[in-house]
Amino acid sequence: MIGWFDLLLGLTLCTTAVGALASRDLFRAIVLFMVFGLLMALVWVRLEAPDIALAEAAIGAGLTGVLLLDTLGYLRRRYMARPGREEAP
Amino acid sequence: MIRLLGALLACLTVGAALAVAVLWRPLPVEDLPLRVTSRLAEAGAGHAVTAVLLDFRAYDTLLEVAVLLVAVVVAMALREAQPDGPDRMGLANPLLRAVMGWLLPLLLLMAAYLLWAGSSRPGGAFQAGSVLAASGVLLRLAGVGFNWLDNPLRLRAVLVLGLAVFVAVGVSTLIGGRQFLDYPHEIAADLILVIELALTLSIGLALVSLFQLAPPQHTGPHLPDRRRRTRR
Amino acid sequence: MSGGAWYAWVGVALSTLGFFGFVVHRHLVRRLLAFNIMGSGCFLLLVGLAGDGRAIDPVAQALVLTGIVVAVASTALALVLLRRWYRVSGESVLPEDV
Repeated sequence: MIGWFDLLLGLTLCTTAVGALASRDLFRAIVLFMVFGLLMALVWVRLEAPDIALAEAAIGAGLTGVLLLDTLGYLRRRYMARPGREEAP
Repeated sequence: MIRLLGALLACLTVGAALAVAVLWRPLPVEDLPLRVTSRLAEAGAGHAVTAVLLDFRAYDTLLEVAVLLVAVVVAMALREAQPDGPDRMGLANPLLRAVMGWLLPLLLLMAAYLLWAGSSRPGGAFQAGSVLAASGVLLRLAGVGFNWLDNPLRLRAVLVLGLAVFVAVGVSTLIGGRQFLDYPHEIAADLILVIELALTLSIGLALVSLFQLAPPQHTGPHLPDRRRRTRR
Repeated sequence: MSGGAWYAWVGVALSTLGFFGFVVHRHLVRRLLAFNIMGSGCFLLLVGLAGDGRAIDPVAQALVLTGIVVAVASTALALVLLRRWYRVSGESVLPEDV
């Protein structure tokens, strides 16, 4: 049988994924994706896979988030340097 | 609208196919966990996941390191012909620098512990490598450069180190008359630790340089001619 | 239903969600996010099914560990490509999609 914690964690994971996919603001989407990575680390602990949990906490939440945010900053800065475009990146 | 409907249809199809596959999955013929635990004594590592990664299925790990290396090589090739000069980004934030002074030794200690713990407890080269990469990215965000690695030859040497050590160990087992990557039992633990050390360095540096190799942040002197090119 | 099976179903849901996002979104960063969520769903499916009602399977865990590192490397490479594309074209979507 699954406990209430597993049930809640799975549902939260799905909700966070929906939030990361549906959010209109890209910054918000990336931050939600980092939250998603942390929740994934929790899931790995629940699945008794501490090795994957360690890697996921360092990579999924930390490195990927930094990479994405860095790229977002790059896109915005380039966009600001280029006047006359109607659509935001 | 049609696009959304089509996407919905495709996604429902994929979801239904996955659900069917999970519901009517074939039962495993072999009991893999049992096989791993029964042969764990022969492996060079006491922790089952590390034993699988670096002994039983070492081929997978070898090729994975090769994939990482290829990714870095592609990123290097994509880097525009800019001088390998100081394109350092730094958040001019004294607080970040001060915190880094405290955090960096801890991160390095943690990476070393994870590497060491990998032989008997959860931990290992991948986790240690990613912690190392995280500390490298933090350093870069704080605007601290790696002077030692500015030399492209040194950078490439450390990047290749993991794969090179792995292949060297594999070839030397071949020369010794065994299968590729079939370690002799007496020195298996030492060999695995050496490979893991090299892998940690390479994985960490590969992830950092993938972060660093992205086209530079500042809209420096490159921008004007780029603009002309895009408007043409 | 065991914990492994429940998380396998969560993995199915995540893969489907990620696939939908990947098809619907046009912005390349969003597509990358969707792709990563899809990958996480696959990993969850693998480990969840392997650990369903049996002993913990170290082989599946090792494979997923390898997969996570490859996933972050490919994400980083995709971001490098994206920046390059944006620099050359000034767009953050691909031309076939517009």
